[in-house]
Amino acid sequence: MHKLLTDSPGKEMLLLGNEAIARGALEAGVSFATCYPGTPSSEIPEQFFRISQETDLYFEYSTNEKVALEVGAGAAECGLRTMVTMKHVGLNVAADPLMTLAYAGVKGGMVIVNADDPSLFSSQNEQDNRYYARLSGLPMLEPATTQEMKDMTVEAFELSEELGLPVILRTTTRLNHVRGPVKLGELKPFKTKGEFVKNPFKLVTVPAVSRVLHKELLEKYDKALAKSEAWPENRITGEGAWGIVANGVGVNYARDAVADLGIADKVRFFQVGCSWPLPKQKIVDFLKSVEKVLVVEELEPVMETDFKALAQENGITIPIKGKGVGGLSRLYEYDPGMVRQAVADYFGVPSKGKAAVDLSDLPALPGRPPNLCAGCPHRATYYAVKKVYGTETIYPTDIGCYTLGVLPPISMADFVICMGSSVSSGCGISEASDQKVVSFIGDSTFFHSGITGLIDAVHNNHKFTLVILDNGTTAMTGHQPHPSVNAEPMGVELTQVSIEDVVRGCGVKDVHVVKPYKLNKTIEAVKASMEYDGISVIISEELCPLFAKATKQFRKAKPFQVNLEKCKDHRDCINLLACPAMYLKEERVYIDKNLCIGCAVCAQVCPENAILPARD
Amino acid sequence: MDTKRCVFVAVGGQGNLLATNLLGQAALANGIPAVVSEIHGMAQRGGVVESAVLMGNVTSPIVSTGEADVLVGFEPLETLRTLGKCNRESLVITNLQPLPPFTVSIGQGVYPSVDEMLELISKKVSKVISLRGNDLAEEAGNALSLNMVMLGALIGSGAVGISADSMKEVISTSTKKAFLESNLKAFDLGLDAAR
Repeated sequence: MHKLLTDSPGKEMLLLGNEAIARGALEAGVSFATCYPGTPSSEIPEQFFRISQETDLYFEYSTNEKVALEVGAGAAECGLRTMVTMKHVGLNVAADPLMTLAYAGVKGGMVIVNADDPSLFSSQNEQDNRYYARLSGLPMLEPATTQEMKDMTVEAFELSEELGLPVILRTTTRLNHVRGPVKLGELKPFKTKGEFVKNPFKLVTVPAVSRVLHKELLEKYDKALAKSEAWPENRITGEGAWGIVANGVGVNYARDAVADLGIADKVRFFQVGCSWPLPKQKIVDFLKSVEKVLVVEELEPVMETDFKALAQENGITIPIKGKGVGGLSRLYEYDPGMVRQAVADYFGVPSKGKAAVDLSDLPALPGRPPNLCAGCPHRATYYAVKKVYGTETIYPTDIGCYTLGVLPPISMADFVICMGSSVSSGCGISEASDQKVVSFIGDSTFFHSGITGLIDAVHNNHKFTLVILDNGTTAMTGHQPHPSVNAEPMGVELTQVSIEDVVRGCGVKDVHVVKPYKLNKTIEAVKASMEYDGISVIISEELCPLFAKATKQFRKAKPFQVNLEKCKDHRDCINLLACPAMYLKEERVYIDKNLCIGCAVCAQVCPENAILPARD
Repeated sequence: MDTKRCVFVAVGGQGNLLATNLLGQAALANGIPAVVSEIHGMAQRGGVVESAVLMGNVTSPIVSTGEADVLVGFEPLETLRTLGKCNRESLVITNLQPLPPFTVSIGQGVYPSVDEMLELISKKVSKVISLRGNDLAEEAGNALSLNMVMLGALIGSGAVGISADSMKEVISTSTKKAFLESNLKAFDLGLDAAR
């Protein structure tokens, strides 16, 4: 039985923040869940994926976040409690339905989990999605501890149904990927089928309808504001004259700072848990009760700006500051030491901190960047393309494991901004210059948002090559299924959509399907693609070895080894492939038999045929 | 119990996330409040994985520079790279056996000598426990049990107020049965190496 189905109210478990959210959804009686995977949110749908195989919970990995939100909206309109999860840039993709779903509203409670990523541990930017609440008019809750990750999820569903609006639960990496003690509540039974009730003059957002809906949305804001004023996690503690305001994980850093500095009796602490609408009256009362305020919030000065505006409206002139105090900036995440120093600086107390060891005398340490795994088929595809197209060709790329191809010695990536951008930017670059262009995109990314760019390429007569790296899974985020994946080994029945059929269906005439481990044939296909005068697509198909191993589809092959007599030390293998199974020992190349999966790509690259299957 | 901040650092695949998860569970089982933080994602792609367990009266999930009471390094280069988390009084527990990054393997960097690294570490912190963790894991019967060796060493050092029995109880209930025997043996070998 999945551990989150434990039916023991009051039991304390160590749960990952994401697990706590999933448990909260179960305690709220969630019936329907959709998502697109994205770090740091991916473990939430992972729980639902497994739980849906044990219960009647409906769960799906949707094609992208826009689709996930729209599918969820359909379910919520039928009266089912629905959860939709995504990372912060995912909300950009879902922003279109988000904005107008706010007008149409929902019948069954809907919670949209948005996971921000300060310090961009796994993202292409560190945007602050608190603005989405302000932009859409939807309420936003921000838990600060693992327990609150669970409890506020339950509260979010209730709030959503009271207002008839989706509620955004906003987290950050340091909440999603922290394990903390969580006291369980009661699991709630849920219905599996709802009913869509016809109401076109509320649900069909033509201008005449939306003019009324917008007015209603603003009225809902007033209702939500009243709730925010009384929200339990908008908590003020302490009687001191020094005001500290914090949200999310920063609440912990600020609390610990106050404790460490021994100033609890001087501080009045405001934890903001419902960050939209902000509890205006509560804030004004708070500002009137203190002499100065420090705002501890990562990324943008969202609360700082709002607090200042409220102060102005109410004739309050006390200092209110956040950014610029100590190391508090708009860049990257905060940490406990930084917050403690800022609190000490702002309120003029001596800061206690242990001096870190002096590392100035350390030699330069070699880096340990992540690398494509040993035997990764992307390595083979990149080798083949580079052999034909060279290093001057422009290589727009996309988001997935294959983005690691940006690192030397592979160096096969020139432009990435978001999911699907490789295809469309390839259209733009090939049109705007005379340079050769080869775009790379993964299988899941292709379905997510590559298809529209490909149709653009066909329709607008663009000329470049698109390589679809099909490793049979959504790899980087943890091997989730996507539309062309054979999900049977994962224990679920899903219909497969063929990438080749889609590509041909988009009107592409020049399509090559290759097996990347077979280098010569792959190189031939790349050459043919380069000759083609138009949009050409290469589908490079080979199962991700990690995924294959995990789903027992891995075909064991003998590891390879370097025959030191035949080897003339050209170093093509290690210089051009840099497979992590290779290493140098006393200036000769060796292959670690525990890491080598026997893909034989290096054997085909070696000009001396000196790499051969290991003899037992 | 006093606040204890333990930082774990390893190369993706060495299993430090499991180790910190188990340590967090052991703390909870002993009634010690604990939070565990981890950075996911790059684990299996050979990059560096850092995790931390903070025990006692502290709610922040991460450890700032200079604030680690203990640094447990599964790989010597990474121990050195993460040393900034330590202060003069910190305890460093490190594996001595290198796993060179691919940048070194392809000749794009020089792996410092382990003796040199150990000497630098020993000069900067008051206590160092070093062990040949991979050898001990092999001795226990499973090369992948390095994480259990290191966990054993942490408990053996006495730096955190959790008993070996209590830790082994958690290992028994929370890890795969197939690896239980080698896991417990690896734990004991690490325990002895640290005492």
